[in-house]
Amino acid sequence: MSIRDQFEAGFVSKSDCLVKYEAKAEPLSIEVHSSVQSLFGNAIRTCAMQMLEEFKVTTGALLVDDDGALDLVIRARIEAVLRSAGYLSQKRLFVNASSEISRQTGVPTIESEKNASLDGGIERPGRSLVKQQVRLYMPGDQPHFAINADFYGADILIFDLEDSVPLARKFEARILVRRFLENSFLFRKSERAVRINPLSTEESVHDIAEIVPAMPDIILLPKCESAMDVERLDTLLTANEEEYGLVPGSIRIMPIIESAKGVLAAYEIARASQRNSALCFGYEDFSRDIQSKPDIVKVAHVQDDGSQKVNIPSNPVSSIDSLLARQIIILASRAADIEPLDSSYSDIGNTEGLLNSCYEARALGFTGKSVIHPTQIPYVKKAFLPSDEEVQQAKAVIAAYEESLKAGKGAVAIDGQMIDIPVVEKARRIIEESMHAE
Amino acid sequence: MNIDGRLNKPFQDVFSDATQEQRGRKIKERAVQPSAISQRQKPDKLVASWDELFERLDIQDGATISFHHHLRNGDKIVNEVVARLASRGIMGLTLAPSALFSVHDALLPYIKDGVIAKIEGSMNGAIGAACSHGEIAQTCILRSHGGRQRAIREGDLPIDVAFIAAPCADSFGNANGLYGSSACGPLSYAKPDSEYAKKVVILTDNLVPYPCSSWSIRGGNVDYVLNVESIGDSSRIVSGTTQLTKSPTQLVIARLAARFIEAAGLMKDGFSFQAGAGGISLAATVFLAERMRNAGIKASFAHGGATKILVDLLEEGLLDSIIDLQSFDLDAVRSCAKNEKHIESDPFSSYGPHANGCVANMLDIALLGATEIDLNFNVNVVTHSDGILLHGIGGHSDASSGAGCTIITAPSFRKRIPIIKEEVTTITCPGELIDVLITERGIAINSRRDDLLWSAKKADLPCVDISQLMHDVYQITGVPEKPHFTDHPVALVEWRDGSLIDTIWQIEE
Repeated sequence: MSIRDQFEAGFVSKSDCLVKYEAKAEPLSIEVHSSVQSLFGNAIRTCAMQMLEEFKVTTGALLVDDDGALDLVIRARIEAVLRSAGYLSQKRLFVNASSEISRQTGVPTIESEKNASLDGGIERPGRSLVKQQVRLYMPGDQPHFAINADFYGADILIFDLEDSVPLARKFEARILVRRFLENSFLFRKSERAVRINPLSTEESVHDIAEIVPAMPDIILLPKCESAMDVERLDTLLTANEEEYGLVPGSIRIMPIIESAKGVLAAYEIARASQRNSALCFGYEDFSRDIQSKPDIVKVAHVQDDGSQKVNIPSNPVSSIDSLLARQIIILASRAADIEPLDSSYSDIGNTEGLLNSCYEARALGFTGKSVIHPTQIPYVKKAFLPSDEEVQQAKAVIAAYEESLKAGKGAVAIDGQMIDIPVVEKARRIIEESMHAE
Repeated sequence: MNIDGRLNKPFQDVFSDATQEQRGRKIKERAVQPSAISQRQKPDKLVASWDELFERLDIQDGATISFHHHLRNGDKIVNEVVARLASRGIMGLTLAPSALFSVHDALLPYIKDGVIAKIEGSMNGAIGAACSHGEIAQTCILRSHGGRQRAIREGDLPIDVAFIAAPCADSFGNANGLYGSSACGPLSYAKPDSEYAKKVVILTDNLVPYPCSSWSIRGGNVDYVLNVESIGDSSRIVSGTTQLTKSPTQLVIARLAARFIEAAGLMKDGFSFQAGAGGISLAATVFLAERMRNAGIKASFAHGGATKILVDLLEEGLLDSIIDLQSFDLDAVRSCAKNEKHIESDPFSSYGPHANGCVANMLDIALLGATEIDLNFNVNVVTHSDGILLHGIGGHSDASSGAGCTIITAPSFRKRIPIIKEEVTTITCPGELIDVLITERGIAINSRRDDLLWSAKKADLPCVDISQLMHDVYQITGVPEKPHFTDHPVALVEWRDGSLIDTIWQIEE
């Protein structure tokens, strides 16, 4: 955000800071205000000076108005104003050079050690071996959501650069997201994903260039409408991975299908890249695209004669307008051997509605759901948890199967149902999931 | 150690009594004055006006006046009494409230002018900060609820006049907090004041015909009754919100606390607990109740402040009774008035350090908060890491001392400020009384409680070493600077027995 020679980034809000830089000829001045001044005032000042040095800034006025932001956030905000003002980091140039050396010599540098999680990614095929059940969306320009997010129980944390970030904030948001990704010790349990802007926008290219060096586990591709979209992203990712000395193919892709076109191309999209690990459905945009009015059903029934004459369930099928789309996505994903993941439930306070929507998703065949607030996570996990009945049945299946193996028999039947290998595999999966509850 | 002419006994340890010799001593008796009531006369203690009241009380410079805090942020009486005494030219008062709230920030000018020279009681927010900046003339004293009761009873805190705001009272001075437009629930914290102060005044906005039913304050201890327009706004006793917290970090901690309580075998039929009114404690109570429901387990009682959440559990039958010291919301006030299983307590019965056992001793679990905790599990609940006094002790030390298992729940850092330190800024409760710390980053268990550690590990709970946890958090937040203090003591922190456990120093400007 800039007005001629004034540049600013961030907000004065909890765990964030507002940074302003005024470009002028006078020698450098730094002003720090902070709600944690007596405890971290010097640390903030030191951090500001390091950043100014890194960007070789010698003139102008820098103001930091802080409300308990972590160091990485302060650095992100300062970096944003300085880059807006036309300065370049000396360190980033060095980082590129050092990873180049590391690649040639095989000697790990500090930077490549910091990114040691790469080792886990080398052998990772497009098809995910990790759980992708709950994905938590977090606005990419608001740090306080991300700081403790690792403890909220999501399988995947999604830093959003698309819909939750206004255009004027996209530049500083992707810098903040990059810095969060670089501080990988904050995210030991959950995988880190970024939802970039649609490929049809210029922003997406900047997103990828900024984010890839920080090695997210997953890129979510919104408004995906064709196999070509995925192929383009794949190519862009590979080019950037190579440029930054990373192993090509280590970042997974989750295309988000949220239009009629996208649904009709679902199978091609699902098969378009080895990097694909899931197809995600995006309901809100889809509904807008096909111009559906699912609420009208409820309203019409009530309006007819002032009372409800038809027996409508208190929580009607939420997917009435997207049932076919959801099923196509599930079929396409399963056929391509990747996972179908459902859209989020937008009414944050309504836990009953959320649970119903999860059960519905599970009944259809989705393996997970996204959430837009951390308080929704336990409910999604609960809904996707195998029931006691399912677990008992699964245990019985496995016991019967192992018994038959011992006896040297092939297939056996339990309660009249044939137990073959796929049935046993499903039973094992159910037990595995139930063990990971909580 | 002599501060402001007061001889302080150093803290020995949590259960040995530094003021032992006092135990054999007679309990402080009220200065025996001839009763103004002649034998065949119906006592009429009603005074017509504030002016008449103050003329009869004849309060002198340097007097100690006391108040309760049951109306919390809705209280009007403390500000009114101090303002009226100030306009009568009284100086150098010692204020002995059971607690002060942000509504009492209005007292700041009187502190500056010297009308108030000292506070012996909890100081919150702006008044605590003023104390830290050395703006209060004399050295203040912080006590737990139990410690305050003991000090009043044993004569360490002699009160000249106790002003007791009463939502319901008769002209004889019998009073309760249960009925009327300013109903606030129990009047627990005013009970020691009513028993031991030299003069006791009931201020009510709901004068009922004799006899007032029931009487939390006994009229026989009361000298004067004044009918006033309003003692306060009871809708403002609600602290924070009764809605379940939306903070994901608080919810993670609360879920973990409930899980721990079950895994540690503490959640068994007939168990008892105390949980504060903070966001984490309330949520933990809700999650614990879920687990009790699933396991078919009922608790015998909950103690401390009462909330809608506890009232719902009582009515559902998951809880046999509530032992209530103060109501945190109006549902609790109503329940206290109508439900015989909702018992009104007092600080002697609940927390009395020299009582022959108190409710705290009967507790299985105390679930409490902290502003800081150190590697030895010492806890600070009064100052923040920047050295500024911001909270009172409340029942923290009393509940910790009595409960079978004391659990501290807290986020591992707030904004950028870590709560685990090498050393706490102020010790309010020694680490030997703290068994468990639960944060979003895992559970740290005091090495004195291997039994708990074993159960937690068996249940696959995320156990962490407290010093590892501190370093992990430092990696995220950075290491904070230490506050700089002058050598001027602004407040003394008393342990329950009256010994000096720590000192709060004036902050360096």
